[in-house]
Amino acid sequence: MGPMQVPAHFEYERATSVDHALALLAKWGSEARVVAGGHSLIPMMKLRLARPEALVDINDLEELAYVRLDGDVLAVGAMTRHADLLASPLVGEHYPIFHDAERVIADPVVRNRGTVGGSLCQADPSEDLSAAFAAVDAAAVVRGPDGVRRVPVREFHTGPYETVVAPGELLVEVVVPVRPGGGSAYEKVERRVGDWAVAAAGAAVWLAGDTIADAGIGLTAVGAAHFHAPAAEEFLRGSAATDSVLVEAGRIAAERCEPVADQRGPADYKKHLAGELTVRALRRAVARARGVA
Amino acid sequence: MTTVEQPPIGFGRMHRKEDARFVRGRGTYVDDVNLPGMLHGAVLRSPFAHARIVSIDTAAAQAHPRVKAVITGQTLDGLKLAWMPTLSQDTQAVLATDKVRFQGQEVAFVVAEDRYAARDALELIDVEYEPLPAVVDARRALDPGAPVIRDDKDGQTDNHIFDWGAGDEAATDAVFASAEVVVAQDVLYPRVHPAPLETCGAVADFDAVTGKLTMWCNTQAPHAHRTVYALVAGLPEHKIRVISPDVGGGFGNKVPIYPGYVCAVVGSIVTGKPVKWMEDRSENLMSTGFARDFHMRGEVAATRDGKIRALRVKVIADHGAFNGTAQPTKFPAGFFHVFTGSYDMEAAHCAVTGVYTNKAPGGVAYACSFRITEAAYLVERMVDVLAYELEMDPAELRMKNLLRPEQFPYPSPTGWEYDSGDYPRALQLALDMAGYAELRAEQAARPPGGPLMGIGISFFTEAVGAGPRKHMDILGLGMADGAELRVHPTGKAVLRISVQSQGQGHETTYAQIVAEELGIPPDDVEVVHGDTDQTPFGLGTYGSRSTPVSGAATAVVARKVRERARQVASAMLEVDPGDLEWEKGRWYVRGDQSQGRTIQEIALASHSSLELPEGVEGHLDATTVYNPPNLTFPFGAYVCVVDVDPGTGQVKVRRFVAVDDCGVRINPMIVEGQVHGGLADGIGMALMELIAFDEDGNCLGASFMDYLLPTAMECPSWELGETVTPSPHHPIGAKGVGESATVGSPAAVVNAVLDALKPYGVRHADMPLTPAHVWRAIQGRPIRTDLAIT
Ligand SMILES: Cc1cc2nc3c(=O)[nH]c(=O)nc-3n(C[C@H](O)[C@H](O)[C@H](O)COP(=O)(O)OP(=O)(O)OC[C@H]3O[C@@H](n4cnc5c(N)ncnc54)[C@H](O)[C@@H]3O)c2cc1C
Repeated sequence: MGPMQVPAHFEYERATSVDHALALLAKWGSEARVVAGGHSLIPMMKLRLARPEALVDINDLEELAYVRLDGDVLAVGAMTRHADLLASPLVGEHYPIFHDAERVIADPVVRNRGTVGGSLCQADPSEDLSAAFAAVDAAAVVRGPDGVRRVPVREFHTGPYETVVAPGELLVEVVVPVRPGGGSAYEKVERRVGDWAVAAAGAAVWLAGDTIADAGIGLTAVGAAHFHAPAAEEFLRGSAATDSVLVEAGRIAAERCEPVADQRGPADYKKHLAGELTVRALRRAVARARGVA
Repeated sequence: MTTVEQPPIGFGRMHRKEDARFVRGRGTYVDDVNLPGMLHGAVLRSPFAHARIVSIDTAAAQAHPRVKAVITGQTLDGLKLAWMPTLSQDTQAVLATDKVRFQGQEVAFVVAEDRYAARDALELIDVEYEPLPAVVDARRALDPGAPVIRDDKDGQTDNHIFDWGAGDEAATDAVFASAEVVVAQDVLYPRVHPAPLETCGAVADFDAVTGKLTMWCNTQAPHAHRTVYALVAGLPEHKIRVISPDVGGGFGNKVPIYPGYVCAVVGSIVTGKPVKWMEDRSENLMSTGFARDFHMRGEVAATRDGKIRALRVKVIADHGAFNGTAQPTKFPAGFFHVFTGSYDMEAAHCAVTGVYTNKAPGGVAYACSFRITEAAYLVERMVDVLAYELEMDPAELRMKNLLRPEQFPYPSPTGWEYDSGDYPRALQLALDMAGYAELRAEQAARPPGGPLMGIGISFFTEAVGAGPRKHMDILGLGMADGAELRVHPTGKAVLRISVQSQGQGHETTYAQIVAEELGIPPDDVEVVHGDTDQTPFGLGTYGSRSTPVSGAATAVVARKVRERARQVASAMLEVDPGDLEWEKGRWYVRGDQSQGRTIQEIALASHSSLELPEGVEGHLDATTVYNPPNLTFPFGAYVCVVDVDPGTGQVKVRRFVAVDDCGVRINPMIVEGQVHGGLADGIGMALMELIAFDEDGNCLGASFMDYLLPTAMECPSWELGETVTPSPHHPIGAKGVGESATVGSPAAVVNAVLDALKPYGVRHADMPLTPAHVWRAIQGRPIRTDLAIT
């Protein structure tokens, strides 16, 4: 109890269903916040950087905790815990990038509570899943009083700590199309296990023979708009899957990043990592697509 | 190794007695103390590193329905308590009156019914500040025109605190003038923090009727605190009781008296209720005793074939806004002058200049044995820098220069007398355990441009167990410690000691010392500590002093009891005391082993109606005060192996071999635990721990998101070895070990990383060697780690 930092006063309500959660959000208005795993929101409240008037707790919404294949779409419920994404064989089979990423997100204690939805909605520039979902071109499913809408993850984040989810809305699901011939991977540099990324890169490739049919690249903590590297992806599409091509893609990805210096590292280093880690992720993704890793 | 179930009668492996309560969550820490009617305090802290206080408006906070008192510097000024003395004869603001001098400095104190209300009320206090330029870079603190931080001090016109030196400057310069090789290197030991998992805190309970102040406080030095409260607050010392309950880690952080403690006392006096104050994590990291912050320039003089001839060091020591370092009075740079380390040389000299900056005060031991960490790091880095320049193997260079066994007791060029040691044996053992030759072969076989590996060695000598009272005191209090041993009629014993465990296992090891001396099971010995009303005076636990001083006191007092038992046994057996022989647990008649009495039988008899000879008092109880004749000098040889990814700068510690010699080991399991913790600490400091400041003086290490502590994932499986060279002057031949690994290990890790970077022509880079810094070092553009990365 000693080192406890204490939050300011807030009201607390526990939602029993998605509809109930939406009703509670409507009742409390724009000063209400959803609490999922609480691993981002509650530290901010304890430091009094966040001061919601009310918390709407959605931890009882089992209906949002799932990983399943809906036809050729991998669907992940917003309340899926990091640990469950990491443990899911379905995810490992289709998108090992998420297992790579989850292994280096925080620590087991945080992973047991923190959620996929919370990660995306927190929109921290260092959030790993944002880049991973951007790399595989996922879409977010958002529910509000007026119904459901789908937003590509590559358009989901509107700035640091900002998303398209409006007050009164809930992110309910993230969906990723499953396509044959693909491989994916995630590479991260952290100062210490459990630390946020100094920089990280995720890559997904789909091969047609030795040609890259399609590619996706997501970047974390390096000042890439929407956690995304479209120019490097464009360069890869239709190129041969050779190492020099991957290296050039890394160079292009890094060139367009605008990282900011902080105690995790200076900007030149982060820019270097954006390239280096993109190349490494691409190499591993290609190897996986070829079934050799 | 296994731990035996049956505790040894004396020295040996046994489970820690205290762990039964800790592993069940049944310890009692300060925050577990809850008294009827207790109130809660919270500290308002400065957001600025340097600013004039224009006004403080507390009206709205006072009006909060659950607030009982709001205390400011002005309130304290009326009580002559706005300033207090530090452990280094400086003054420190309890609550700021004129200026704030570091970010996080204490400005006001709120007492409320609960900690939420106290924290809410802080936001209702309106302080108007006039920001001033901050002194952040210690190397610029003495620049002409630098803002004067301590304008509260009469005659202070700059940021200079002290100049101090040791060794023979002229002789050293003469050796340098004639040396074949001279190598110089700037070496920074950056500011780090002890970061105990339990933060600092207190419950102050002043009873207006009896006039007695009871202070629960997680201090490492309860007796010293009591005396300082008496001197500062003018309370009579016999009316002050300091109770230090279970302490969740100290590492030097819990030696000083902090403003929060004084505020809690004043809060209790003002409200008439007990007041609890517990820091939160950020407060602990931002405002309490840091460690290190030594900006060093080392120079080594040597022959071309690698014989070290002299060492010269200049240091700028950043002491923050108030000189609050904890160390013996005579030594403002602590024991840094043991910087010649483990090597034989003709001459040495160091010059240390202390400066004020707009940073938190402190500079305490962080498991550093009074700045021996800095000393060991400096010399071990310099030896590697010399090896680099001479293109010599660092192990060979060390072997060539280590002190030889026949040189002990060894008078060092800076005035120490090392008590005992066999250094080459320890280094050879470490090299053999590591498989040094094979590691070098593996390294040589690495293709250029690929993954790197490095092998780092450090050899350290510590000077611990402060200390002989004619040389060592803190605030005038000599560093001797008392012990008191009572033996109950049934032969069970209570040992009362002055030192205070923060995890070192005193309740076990001191019971084992009594067991060894009296031959009773350690479980029959209750160790009482941490309560000034219950224990004899002494200066507490830090600087690895407990076993060298209090451990010695315990052995001495147990021997006194044994001698008293001899008198009683002689009456029981009706023989002359001189005809009795001791074997563990029993006195017997010389020549007739069957005629004897156990210590338990003697204890009962000593309380019985047995007629005792003239002058023999009865009972076996005894007391003593131990004034150590010298420090003890533990040493060790460490080998670290790292893998480095040059593409990302990431370092992985692959192996760590640690050979420690701390003299006689009372409980080897506890010694190994201390070494494990210190090695993890060393990895932390070498690779990640850091408190840097930006140009405005903002603290950049104020949470565990920013101040990184190593985890099990960064630590390899430790490979421990030992040699045993008893201390000749300690009653049981033991030396301190609590800080050995923290002192010795950072250099091994750093030397290993730099060894790995050798192909890139990197000779030195400062701690912490984060991935960013390693990569930048490879690029030839190392980072100045004490400042913000830009
Ligand atoms: C020590 C530590 C280390 C960490 N390290 C990493 C790391 O290395 N990499 C990484 O990516 N993350 C890291 N995290 C963050 C962790 O992954 C969090 O769990 C995650 O960021 C937020 O998930 P949550 O469920 O805890 O969200 P919460 O904290 O509950 O919520 C975060 C935000 O999202 C909103 N929100 C949550 N769910 C929804 C929803 N369904 N619809 C709309 N809004 C919603 C909340 O209102 C809030 O604003 C770390 C956290 C900690 C404490």
